[in-house]
Amino acid sequence: MNPLKWAFIEPFYKLAIGEDRKGQINLLIRAIGLPLAGILVFLLLWQGAASNINTSLGQFPGPVQTFEQFQNLEAEAEEAAVKEERFYKRQEERNARKLERDPDAEIRVRDYVGPPTFFDQIGRSLVTVMSGFILASVIAIPLGILIGLSNSAYAAFNPLIQIFKPVSPLAWLPLVTMVVSALYVTDDPMFDKAFLNSMFTVMLCCLWPTIINTAAGVATVTQDLKNVSRVLNLNWWTHVRKIVLPCSIPMMFTGLRISLGIAWMVLIAAEMLAQNPGLGKFVWDEFQNGSSDSLGRIMVAVIVIGIVGFLLDRGMMLLQKVVSWDKTADIR
Amino acid sequence: MSECHLELTNVGIEFPTPKGPFRALREVDLKIDKGEFISLIGHSGCGKSTVLNIVAGLYEATEGGVLLNGKEVSSPGPERAVVFQNHSLLPWLTAYENVELAVDQVFKKQKSSAEKREWIEHNLKLVHMDHAMHKRPDEISGGMKQRVGIARALAMQPEVMLMDEPFGALDALTRAHLQDSLMEIQKELNNTVIMITHDVDEAVLLSDRIVMMTNGPAATIGEILKVELPHPRDRLALADDPQYNHYRSEVLRFLYEKQRKVDH
Repeated sequence: MNPLKWAFIEPFYKLAIGEDRKGQINLLIRAIGLPLAGILVFLLLWQGAASNINTSLGQFPGPVQTFEQFQNLEAEAEEAAVKEERFYKRQEERNARKLERDPDAEIRVRDYVGPPTFFDQIGRSLVTVMSGFILASVIAIPLGILIGLSNSAYAAFNPLIQIFKPVSPLAWLPLVTMVVSALYVTDDPMFDKAFLNSMFTVMLCCLWPTIINTAAGVATVTQDLKNVSRVLNLNWWTHVRKIVLPCSIPMMFTGLRISLGIAWMVLIAAEMLAQNPGLGKFVWDEFQNGSSDSLGRIMVAVIVIGIVGFLLDRGMMLLQKVVSWDKTADIR
Repeated sequence: MSECHLELTNVGIEFPTPKGPFRALREVDLKIDKGEFISLIGHSGCGKSTVLNIVAGLYEATEGGVLLNGKEVSSPGPERAVVFQNHSLLPWLTAYENVELAVDQVFKKQKSSAEKREWIEHNLKLVHMDHAMHKRPDEISGGMKQRVGIARALAMQPEVMLMDEPFGALDALTRAHLQDSLMEIQKELNNTVIMITHDVDEAVLLSDRIVMMTNGPAATIGEILKVELPHPRDRLALADDPQYNHYRSEVLRFLYEKQRKVDH
């Protein structure tokens, strides 16, 4: 079965060829009509509520103002792109002239350093969150497997994990900031410190669900399968690879999806405080800016954060479907 | 003392429990010849599986020990292949891959990959599973899964096959089919087999000797019945055979008169 199969085309196709008209229309109303109705009701309520809230920065933005701000942000991004293009063009011309006058002249090529646009910020946020999440997974999956393989290790580490799991990113961040500035001392930094601070904070918050769930997944290996492994005299590595890993993949992915969800939530807070470029910083900057457009622009960020979070989770689900051996399992 | 193939001497085992040690088995003595088919029969909880697990090396006896070809058994190994009660196939591997896992492990460097493939296919053919080699366990029936389980055990080329109620979870018709297959294979390969069963007919039909165990705790061997019916055995012909029915009633008498299960 192809996990990427476009199931939603089926009712349209059946409608087109005239198969089971009534059933297909019902299906479409359920699949598309009801969610649309839900969104519409939400927009109306939002508009109604927004027009009754007056803040010091003006009226709370409704859906229309928010959409206007989205268009503004798009326009600003286009403008920035034009500026960047012009900058490089000017630089090229300048350097060409210089070389014309003196072929041995030393030419300098500078990168464009305009303020990041909203869409750049989304990109930066995604890079940071994925770095933190991947780093956490690389640590958490092997650790989870080791802990799950031994009851003693599980007993030893479980309390620690349970204690660290509920810690807020805001508590980690000051510590991470100090540790990073103390340890990451270099004249030619490859990474921005703010980026490292956000990334490590994200990592610290999303280690735990993956560790716990991977360990729990490893514990689902039945005694029967362990006996098979013993009778076959499988060595430790083959046992882990052939029996433990496939068995724990569903639980592992549950952990990874929880972790990625937490990572994305934590990231916004971390970026705000660490002043790392990204959606969190965008929200903070708009709040500090305090113009009449600010709230609308923050609303755009809120919706984008939600949509990106949703897409990240769907992405993990697809990955799980690709990796999992049990293609019939209902993953939701 | 003459060297015999598989020898259990004064085997006993105690399991530690919070309420103190629990004695499951005591003084189990049994000598088994090469190619012999032994059934272990007894009420549930009488330690049949414990005996099998000790021979498999999955449990370690607290007293006595097991000798295979004169060597003491202390850990599990592929020369004592186990067919588990609920097949225990890896659900993410196809029938072929399940057998392959065993073959790769046992014949790591002794066989080329072409030889391995041939050997895997040969064993699947032996249990009549060659038509569904590339299906996963969830795509085949319970009887077929158990066939693959047997193929996996056979593919290890074991000295002894240990079968823990291999057909217990199957319906009567499927069970009869598999029993016939097992008799065929046994005739061809002349493996030594120890099989646990609850089924009196199965025990009489397949075995050379039936080992009847007393009730636990501290279970041991009660009686051993030698089944001297000529091979090959045909279930239809035997149904009216007085000799067969005599063996049957011997086992029944042991189970339901001498070792009546007392309900607690």
